[in-house]
Amino acid sequence: MDDGYFQQFLSLFDEFDVPAAFWVNIQLTFFAGILALILGTVLATMRISPVPSLRWAGSTYVTLLRNTPLTIIMVFCVLGLWGQLGVTLSPDFQTNFFRLAVVGLTVYHAAFVCEALRSGVNTVPVGQAEAARAIGLSFWPAARLIILPQAFRGSVAPLGNVLIALTKNSTVAAAASVAEASGLMRTMIEFRPDVILAIFLTFAFGFVLIVVPIGLATTALSRRLAVAR
Amino acid sequence: MVDISAAPPAPTGTTTDALVELRGVDKHFGALHVLQNIDLTVRRGEVVVIIGPSGSGKSTLCRTINRLETIDSGTIVLDGVPLPAEGRALARLRADVGMVFQSFNLFAHKTVLDNVVLGQVKAKGVKPAKAKEIALALLDRVGVRNQADKLPAQLSGGQQQRVAIARALAMQPKVMLFDEPTSALDPEMINEVLDVMVGLAKDGMTMIVVTHEMGFARRAANRVVFMDGGQIVEESDPETFFTAPKSERARDFLSKILTH
Repeated sequence: MDDGYFQQFLSLFDEFDVPAAFWVNIQLTFFAGILALILGTVLATMRISPVPSLRWAGSTYVTLLRNTPLTIIMVFCVLGLWGQLGVTLSPDFQTNFFRLAVVGLTVYHAAFVCEALRSGVNTVPVGQAEAARAIGLSFWPAARLIILPQAFRGSVAPLGNVLIALTKNSTVAAAASVAEASGLMRTMIEFRPDVILAIFLTFAFGFVLIVVPIGLATTALSRRLAVAR
Repeated sequence: MVDISAAPPAPTGTTTDALVELRGVDKHFGALHVLQNIDLTVRRGEVVVIIGPSGSGKSTLCRTINRLETIDSGTIVLDGVPLPAEGRALARLRADVGMVFQSFNLFAHKTVLDNVVLGQVKAKGVKPAKAKEIALALLDRVGVRNQADKLPAQLSGGQQQRVAIARALAMQPKVMLFDEPTSALDPEMINEVLDVMVGLAKDGMTMIVVTHEMGFARRAANRVVFMDGGQIVEESDPETFFTAPKSERARDFLSKILTH
């Protein structure tokens, strides 16, 4: 690698706004992460509830969404929801695609959040639920006050794994025409095939830079929040 | 002044009326017939100790009384009201029945104080300030008030079990169930828990106690119920039971546990 190659590589950053593309991924991850956490919690509550139909609905959702490739869900969100059914989440063309991508990422990862939380529920001894029932709490208060708080704290590590997967899967939003990092990488490779290797390494390094802190943070958090028994 | 007396409101009728009544209770675990046609009446203010070998169904019997275990047939009546099957009515009933578990089961993510406050506020609608006052008085009574701000895992087993008793008492239950409350404790901690239980019994609390502590049975019980193989084999006052058991199985059981 001589100076010429390096200069060529650096000139890429004048031509293309790489940080802006990564910022889109971070935004996708942020919004889809929060929504998936909410939807996943609802699903997990359904799956542990005493009502058979709710349990059935929850497990059917997880089975369907978890076993469908994300790319297909993403394409469905754009071509199916928007293209065919006319679901519009914003009058602005770009924002609409962004939001549809968030929907796709959310419904997919909610299934994994649900399963991570369920593994957390399994860390809560059955005696905790019995004690809650014994002092007169019915299912919902017992779940909200006793089971779920401990389940969340017991599932920080698996939830972190879901967040890491979500961060990387946010690149699939390219299938929904969202201008994010992987899409920009393809454009850059198309226009600057002379520095393909450097372009690839740039984006690989970018994701490592985002994902490594998430892993470190969730590991530290899971230690701190672990319920002492 | 906070009313922390364990005794339920003074009974309106006689002091011998039935508070807990089991009639023809049957339960199976798969092919195993764990409770066979159980009839048992516990009167208000009575302390009944259930003993028997492991697997005799005594814990299961205890747990059916607040329906932590369902029953296959028969009826369980609590203070004149048949046990509801599920829903809010069952939750309300459970609040009237205090339960103390072998493994304490304190809420692990809540402080000692919050453990005793939670049920009062969330299940009975007591105002938080009032609930805290009641909780502190109860913790004082079981001798762990100075641990109020700690988490359960920071307490010894004996302390945790005393908190569990306080948590159950906070609901002002009509009857207290104890499911082998000292079986998970180190020997030196057993007495601190038994002392609290003897105190409760003296205050007139109705208690159903599954235990292997024969000393407690002698000291505090009005009646001993001996179970074996899912049946009530024998019941009598403690003195009669320990000195002159009627059934062969009870004699055999006692000979095995009282020889050393």
